[in-house]
Amino acid sequence: MSIETRVKLFNRICAGVLIAFALLWLVPLLWALDTALKPNAETTRTSWLIEDPTLGAFGRTLRETDILNWFGSSLFISTLSAAGAVLTGSLAAYALSRMRFRYRNAIFWFVLAGIMIPGQVLIVPQFREMDSLGLLNTFWAVSLPQIPTAIAVFIFKQFFDGLPKELEEVARMDGAGFLRIYRRIIMPLARPAVAAVAIFTFVSSWNDLLWPLLVLSNPDIMTVPVGLATVQGSFGIRYADTMASAILGAIPLVAVFLLFQRNIVEGIAGSGLKG
Amino acid sequence: MPHVTAETAVRPGRSARADLAPEPGRGFGLPAAGFLAPFLLLYLLFIIGPAIYGLIMSFFDTSAVKPGLSSFAGFGNYTEALQSGDFWSSLWHTMWFTILTTPPLILIAFVLALLADRVKKGRWFFRLAFFAPYILPSAVVALIWIWLYTPGLGLIEAGLGQIGITAPNWLGDPGWAMPSLALTTVWWTLGFNFVLYLAGLQEIPRDLYEASAMDGASPWQQIRSITIPMLARTTTLVAVLQVIASLKVFDQMYMMTAGGPNFATRSILQYVYDEGFTNFRIGYASAVSMLFFLVVLAVSAVWFALVRRQERGL
Repeated sequence: MSIETRVKLFNRICAGVLIAFALLWLVPLLWALDTALKPNAETTRTSWLIEDPTLGAFGRTLRETDILNWFGSSLFISTLSAAGAVLTGSLAAYALSRMRFRYRNAIFWFVLAGIMIPGQVLIVPQFREMDSLGLLNTFWAVSLPQIPTAIAVFIFKQFFDGLPKELEEVARMDGAGFLRIYRRIIMPLARPAVAAVAIFTFVSSWNDLLWPLLVLSNPDIMTVPVGLATVQGSFGIRYADTMASAILGAIPLVAVFLLFQRNIVEGIAGSGLKG
Repeated sequence: MPHVTAETAVRPGRSARADLAPEPGRGFGLPAAGFLAPFLLLYLLFIIGPAIYGLIMSFFDTSAVKPGLSSFAGFGNYTEALQSGDFWSSLWHTMWFTILTTPPLILIAFVLALLADRVKKGRWFFRLAFFAPYILPSAVVALIWIWLYTPGLGLIEAGLGQIGITAPNWLGDPGWAMPSLALTTVWWTLGFNFVLYLAGLQEIPRDLYEASAMDGASPWQQIRSITIPMLARTTTLVAVLQVIASLKVFDQMYMMTAGGPNFATRSILQYVYDEGFTNFRIGYASAVSMLFFLVVLAVSAVWFALVRRQERGL
């Protein structure tokens, strides 16, 4: 066998193994969908075949749970966190990247130190803080600790440092202030960084379980993960309904993923190359 | 402002850079403060403040049902934690989970990325298949996998049954519960490492492969002598991010086993949760949080040391 045919054969085998794994990886999702399309009674037979396909499980989930409220809460909280992280992070990063002032390096290191603190370590004191501020069971309790993300400042600063200074210099000579330059020149150029920070903050805020579980106990304002955690018990053996609620809970993020697939993948890859 | 334009026209030697960066001390103190204020205010209030407050509480017998810090305990909470069997067993469960998840999440991600890098067509499909689970909330993943593991009805049990293997009681057997949670986690988060490795692979210059192919190197030899060494930095990054992520595990246990059966899967974070929010001992829970923080810091320190050594080696 020549080298060329050997390489071709090798590539074929690679593709085969890869496809097998990819299909295996899709099985849980497909099985969840399959189950959700069955009537509850049919789920006791473990079979891919659906004898009596129905959307009933989705209807029941929408009627019997507060899932639409959870969507609203999650959407509001995650949007607030993402917008807050983009705004505060980019403002701070702009100062750290472009302005000269005393203690600039010290402040930068002080912010970077925040990357080392896992949020989970802070749940006890943060809970007490929210309690004494009277913010428990409000959107603010969930969102406020998610806004100041050190990593966002870091990403924006990296990006701003890479932008050429000439544009700003021209604008400054025309008398533009920092705020104007930030709004009119820097932020429009920083779209990729804005997308990365916004998407990642949004997704991690949407998916967070531990913190909203602690501060939200009112079913009307629960987030999707907290709501699903409570549903788990109440649905019991109604497996089709449980899977329907899982799929409904997943839909918004699947949509985000399909819309922003490139930003998400490039964002992760970028962090890898930097590291 | 015509004045500025005139001045710059008269003195072209003056660099525009000086405009942007005046000597320190005199500079843009006030605008800088304005730009930094929103972030720093929230950062101090909701991250640094609580961190310091938590550290202080860890030296007191603070209780959730009483106001104030309560009586000073010195290192009492820390010595109690270090002597507590529950503390060590939950720390061990977290470690065990980390040991079970880290090697497969690195190895499988590496191999799959390697395969995907060779396949020219349909990359979007593989990215979708491996990465889609990663974007799902842990609660969704947990619901799906509880159903897959359900004794008597679960798909995995049925699938194994068809090839003549009797499945264990996945989440109900104390010995199998943790490996089952690990398997779920591998499925859930593999895509993240996969994407990191795929990016790392694309950074390797193609001519390295072409040159070695000219010398008659087989694909396997290429992988061993080019790909693996060139990906050393990516592997360090993947490994450390993975270890830290695994140490922070909480959701899977909370949702799928509630720390059971018989506390066999209670992680350190769930121990903090139980002590702080069920037993109301928030001083003690703060001390346990601090000990956990030290473990995470130690892992990060090892990472820095490794990266330093790698960079010196290059």
